[in-house]
Amino acid sequence: MTEPVITAEKLDLTFQTNDGPVQALRDVNLTINKGDFVSFIGPSGCGKTTFLRVIAALEHPTGGHITVNGMTPDEARQSRAYGYVFQAAGLYPWRTIAGNIKLPLEIMGFPKAEQEERVKNVLQLVDLEGFGKKYPWQLSGGMQQRASIARALAFDADILLMDEPFGALDEIVRDHLNEQLLALWARTQKTIGFVTHSIPEAVYLSTKIVVMSPRPGRIADVIESPLPRERPLEIRDTPEFIAVAHRVREGLRAGHSYD
Amino acid sequence: MNRILPVLTVVVALIVLWYLGAVAMNAQWTRDQAARAGQELSFTGIVADTLSQDRPKLPAPHQVAAELWQTTVQKSITSKRSLVYHGWVTLSATLLGFAIGTGAGILLAVGIVHNRAMDMSVMPWAIASQTIPILAIAPMIIVVLNSIGIQGVLPKAIISAYLSFFPVVVGMVKGLRSPDAMQLDLLKTYGASGGETFRKLRLPSSMPYLFTSLKVGIAASLVGAIVGELPTGAVRGLGARLLSGSYYGQTVQIWAALIAAAALAAALVGVVGLIQRATLKRMGMER
Ligand SMILES: Nc1ncnc2c1ncn2[C@@H]1O[C@H](COP(=O)(O)OP(=O)(O)O)[C@@H](O)[C@H]1O
Ligand SMILES: [Mg+2]
Repeated sequence: MTEPVITAEKLDLTFQTNDGPVQALRDVNLTINKGDFVSFIGPSGCGKTTFLRVIAALEHPTGGHITVNGMTPDEARQSRAYGYVFQAAGLYPWRTIAGNIKLPLEIMGFPKAEQEERVKNVLQLVDLEGFGKKYPWQLSGGMQQRASIARALAFDADILLMDEPFGALDEIVRDHLNEQLLALWARTQKTIGFVTHSIPEAVYLSTKIVVMSPRPGRIADVIESPLPRERPLEIRDTPEFIAVAHRVREGLRAGHSYD
Repeated sequence: MNRILPVLTVVVALIVLWYLGAVAMNAQWTRDQAARAGQELSFTGIVADTLSQDRPKLPAPHQVAAELWQTTVQKSITSKRSLVYHGWVTLSATLLGFAIGTGAGILLAVGIVHNRAMDMSVMPWAIASQTIPILAIAPMIIVVLNSIGIQGVLPKAIISAYLSFFPVVVGMVKGLRSPDAMQLDLLKTYGASGGETFRKLRLPSSMPYLFTSLKVGIAASLVGAIVGELPTGAVRGLGARLLSGSYYGQTVQIWAALIAAAALAAALVGVVGLIQRATLKRMGMER
């Protein structure tokens, strides 16, 4: 299970803006292995989103090197290597839940019968069986976000990239979704890149926590979690959990005092 | 009920003002006539006369209502004096012009959104086209089309389209550009082509904007069709009724045609509004 799927070497990314250049990523080196659950945590503006977007070929680095499944990010997109989940569910109001999940399948040219089959499967994965015929407005925020995860899973990418997917939801819903996400991860063996603002969320979910610091965005610490892959919610009260959370907090603080 | 009451109050107030205006504006003629005949008129005599003149400066509401009644319900719709007949002539040009204008507007908007050169070049021309008074350009369009043998409903429809394409272009460009960066990025991650992005995201997203434009556009179409009837000295259509009314000082006829045009406009906008509500409701996009 230590096959690398994403490797970044000396990654730099500078945006040219009207107020001059903004360095969003500086000298980022990171390896993500197959089956890892990697969280990116850090204050706003430290380049978490930018890094995820570089993996997804939505931004292109101005320096360094990155491979996804041994390919460039653009090639990886062509081979349907990843599904991307944004902070907002972004479901089309004019499509049913099933219709929304079919969107990538239609674009990628899956046969009709297979589309139906896949929709059924992913709805089951995110616990939304029976909701296929509903419209987005008929679902709660948490359910909509689950539908958007199903949409990202529908074409069976190995990598799931999630940018603060639960950021707009309340704590209780979030706990529930985190549990479900772990179950989904265990069942599907996907590699997950997950951006968050929340220390408990990062520690609870991840096998690897990447602590980032701002101006310019760079990696302050990479923590390999000692927690087992099987994680009931109560694990958050164990000393191991608290120790990891403490180290994350230290990393964040160190990053801050830098500037 | 509490929505009808204010509307009714305004209507009644307008009618009262209209009557007062009619008395005030027509009184001079009544007095002149009386002086010529050497008569002395009482106040009530003056009022009664101002509200029943043949060619008043401002016809009273009941005169216009009577004219409307006579030229709609009491005339066969094939009669040259039927407002329904003239209304249909104008309506057919309006609908044809609206269809042409909407089609052209949508095509231009698609071009503007997908082609940088068109984005830079089309909009200034579209805006310039609307700053030319339609009354100045309408006769030229009719003369030019006439000289190449195009007559009848089409020249009017083209003038009507000239007015209605503009709101459609503006609204449709805004609508096609309404999807946010996240929505566009999502489709990018699927490797969607420009055509797929258009069909699956931009076009459906533009519907609320399109319908808002269509409401403005159809009213503009009607104005265009009426204006298109003026310079030809047309004998058919609401515009022709306005024109012949003004030739012969038939103010009652002018006002009846004006009210018919206003009612037609309200009905057209209402129909578009109904289609809008039904469509957006089905699309889950009611605003
Ligand atoms: N498209 C862009 N153009 C210019 N600057 C950008 C752009 N995207 C992000 N940035 C800047 O890059 C930095 C990192 O942003 P981002 O990756 O969104 O941070 P985070 O997701 O950690 O909050 C910020 O300073 C942000 O203002
Ligand atoms: Mg971000």
